Amino acid sequence: MRLSVPCAFLAATVVLAPRPASPQDAPVAFVGARLVPIEGPEIPNGVFVVHRGRIVAIGDAAATRVPADAARRDVAGKVILPGLVDTHSHIGSVEGADASAPLQPDVRVLDSVDVRSPQVQKAQAGGITTVNVMPGSGHLLSGQTLYLKLRDGGTIDALTMRDADGRLRGGIKMANGTNSRRAPPFPGTRAKSAALVREQLVKAQEYRDKVKTAAGDVKKLPARDLGMEALVEVLEGKRVVHFHTHRHDDILTAIRLSKEFGFRLVLQHVSEAWKVAGPIAAAGVPSSIIMIDSPGGKLETQEVHFRNGAALEKAGARVGFHTDDGITDSRLFLRSAGLAVRAGMSREMALRGMTLSGAEMLDLADRVGSLKVGKDADFVVLSGDPLSVYTHVLETWVDGVRVFDREDVKDRLYAVGGYGAGRPDGDLEGMIAAEGAEGWQ
Amino acid sequence: MRPAGATLLLCLACASAGATGDVAVRGETVYTMAGAPLKDGVVIVRGGRIERVGPAAEVAIPPGLRVLAAKVVTPGLVDAHTVVGLSGYLNQAHDQDQIERSAPVQPELRAVDGYDPEERLVEWVRRFGVTTMHTGHGPGALISGQTMVVKTRGATVEAATVVPAAMVAATLGDSARGAEGKSPGNRAKMVAMLRGELIAAQEYAKKREAPEKDKEPARSLKLDMLVRVLKGELPLLVTAHRARDILSALRVASEFGIKVVLDGAAEAYLVKDEIRRAGVPVIVHPTMARSSGEAENLSFETAAQLRAAGIPMALQSGFEGYVPKTRVLLFEAAVAAANGLGLEGALAASTIDAARILGLGERLGSLEAGKDGDLALYDGDPFEYTTHCVGVVIEGDVVHEGPDS
Repeated sequence: MRLSVPCAFLAATVVLAPRPASPQDAPVAFVGARLVPIEGPEIPNGVFVVHRGRIVAIGDAAATRVPADAARRDVAGKVILPGLVDTHSHIGSVEGADASAPLQPDVRVLDSVDVRSPQVQKAQAGGITTVNVMPGSGHLLSGQTLYLKLRDGGTIDALTMRDADGRLRGGIKMANGTNSRRAPPFPGTRAKSAALVREQLVKAQEYRDKVKTAAGDVKKLPARDLGMEALVEVLEGKRVVHFHTHRHDDILTAIRLSKEFGFRLVLQHVSEAWKVAGPIAAAGVPSSIIMIDSPGGKLETQEVHFRNGAALEKAGARVGFHTDDGITDSRLFLRSAGLAVRAGMSREMALRGMTLSGAEMLDLADRVGSLKVGKDADFVVLSGDPLSVYTHVLETWVDGVRVFDREDVKDRLYAVGGYGAGRPDGDLEGMIAAEGAEGWQ
Repeated sequence: MRPAGATLLLCLACASAGATGDVAVRGETVYTMAGAPLKDGVVIVRGGRIERVGPAAEVAIPPGLRVLAAKVVTPGLVDAHTVVGLSGYLNQAHDQDQIERSAPVQPELRAVDGYDPEERLVEWVRRFGVTTMHTGHGPGALISGQTMVVKTRGATVEAATVVPAAMVAATLGDSARGAEGKSPGNRAKMVAMLRGELIAAQEYAKKREAPEKDKEPARSLKLDMLVRVLKGELPLLVTAHRARDILSALRVASEFGIKVVLDGAAEAYLVKDEIRRAGVPVIVHPTMARSSGEAENLSFETAAQLRAAGIPMALQSGFEGYVPKTRVLLFEAAVAAANGLGLEGALAASTIDAARILGLGERLGSLEAGKDGDLALYDGDPFEYTTHCVGVVIEGDVVHEGPDS
């Protein structure tokens, strides 16, 4: 229906009510929701308290004190889940390597993300709070990925995460199979693909050794090489390799390379995981899978299957999920868990896969992925059961700040779609002021 | 591999069902789409047609008849628009027959000459309850060709076909632009060319009907089809997402008095009054279609809004050029159900309302005596992610049993 909300109302509540840029000084207590902490059993009637960007209390309503100074939110009938972790996405119109070479470890997506893209708002609307933004799969190595918190903010710096040493959090994107097989200088076969990767990693080993031998002696240090520096981080396990791979033999090739060079590996897509779940589990390598509505579309995904999650779980392998946005829509990310359960995965592991397992794959499990005292206040308020199609994300919170509210006219536009949903956030302010919400829906 | 498997499945079904086309289906809830849902309902199918429908207390199941039972039973789903069967799952040049780019206007291209009944995606969508598809030439040319209606079974296109020529597919919008400087290069040219072709067909029809045999123009397959559109025998299926393109389609429909069915229609919510006044039905874009390009303003709630506005509306799986190679009607309807359409609204849009838009409302889309025995069985709410389509029946034959995924 067309919303015929008077402009005055909009002006008062939307345009002139900026979101809080920092978390509340007073605690916020969510009372009465079903809590799905991921670590620990579900709590049917819980109390969940956040303060200054962190989770400060979680427990059964009867046994958990609501702080006297807390802003109290009655959320009876709702469900609270940790913020979703999307381990592979392309939101923000990201770019990575160009056509000049098949391996470009020097390239950072950091230098390309458009955080004002409506794709970011849509991901917030889907309950995603942490995302691994990656360059594409048309290269053996297409660049350095970036782990983002989907905070509100007009600059990339507002969304990045840093480790204790101040290093930006992120991995590196690699790929095998057909996408990276192209005209020279790209490889023409699978064996050549693997050889080119090995060659680069051997160079990186030598570069690393030279640096080590130089022991800080400027005269002995090799010339700085941005790509080699990134690959040394890969060799040292500081930068996880997110490896796009579909076919069963390509999956095993990725594992073989990781064993040879000792790099840490997350398998991405893993379309034929159901064929090699045993070897994946035996290698102790986690898989980030995607739920695709039908097989095919390209030769390598002929045998992608909804039962990948179940097969990996049964084999004892760690499973996370991703949107690969725009392959699937971030707003419907929760659907991944529902479809995985449809095909035999346990509810418990599917929901863990949407949250904590994904966080583990990004080395962020100490901060996000479960509702645990001391962790970041990243969570979603759902209208009902997380596996139900009828459930909507009502609110998304990052670091104790609400970044999505389905009640908000603008947020709802991104969540549902309608006229203007393809425009950046900033454009909508003017649009609402000029036209009201008339015609949006 | 696939043909053998499919044949085996059909034979097993035949063997256990006794006579071909005979089966009884019992559901804890039966959505007949003709009246209120039945609690503990029974549908008797004989010789491929529905013989009786009613509460189990009133409809006795004849002895010897094979009985399928499920929590929920619906009519077989009717996908109001897809390219499955012409567009194959491999997505290689040899299995992509939904679009021919050699000329912008080719209504003479028949869907029957491109449909592969053994395409794997046919079986794929069938396991999720789809028993009928409106498939054929896709969007991407001003007039890309004909569409057809098939059942999702049959080893030959003849066996699968319900309607060999259902609609003539047209596109107004960016994807209809000609390649490399060829016309149509813009929207105004698209409409000018479309009008020009229809006028040519009007004059061709006049001359063909003229008494003087020697003045009769040579037969044109292209113009023959457009004459059928002008006569109202087939609708023009116009894929248009932007509001202005939708209005262009309505303008052409009004000028020539032709039947138009709108397809995609991402911005239909902006021009609901105009669509309703024109009496034009809408086959809404897949609910989960990518919201980019011309469809950047699509809404999960468009289907619900059109239904609320009283505009005939159906859901579709649409066309996908990459991964996934097709969407699945059941999943698209599910998201529409959750976004304002509701369970019964979404069911209607993927059964009876789709059948009506295809002109097959008397034969398909609801569980009523005399209609085709096409049913889908589920172990719960059909639209829940965790529910399974556990059985599919086409004209009384069990074509799918067991979990769908």
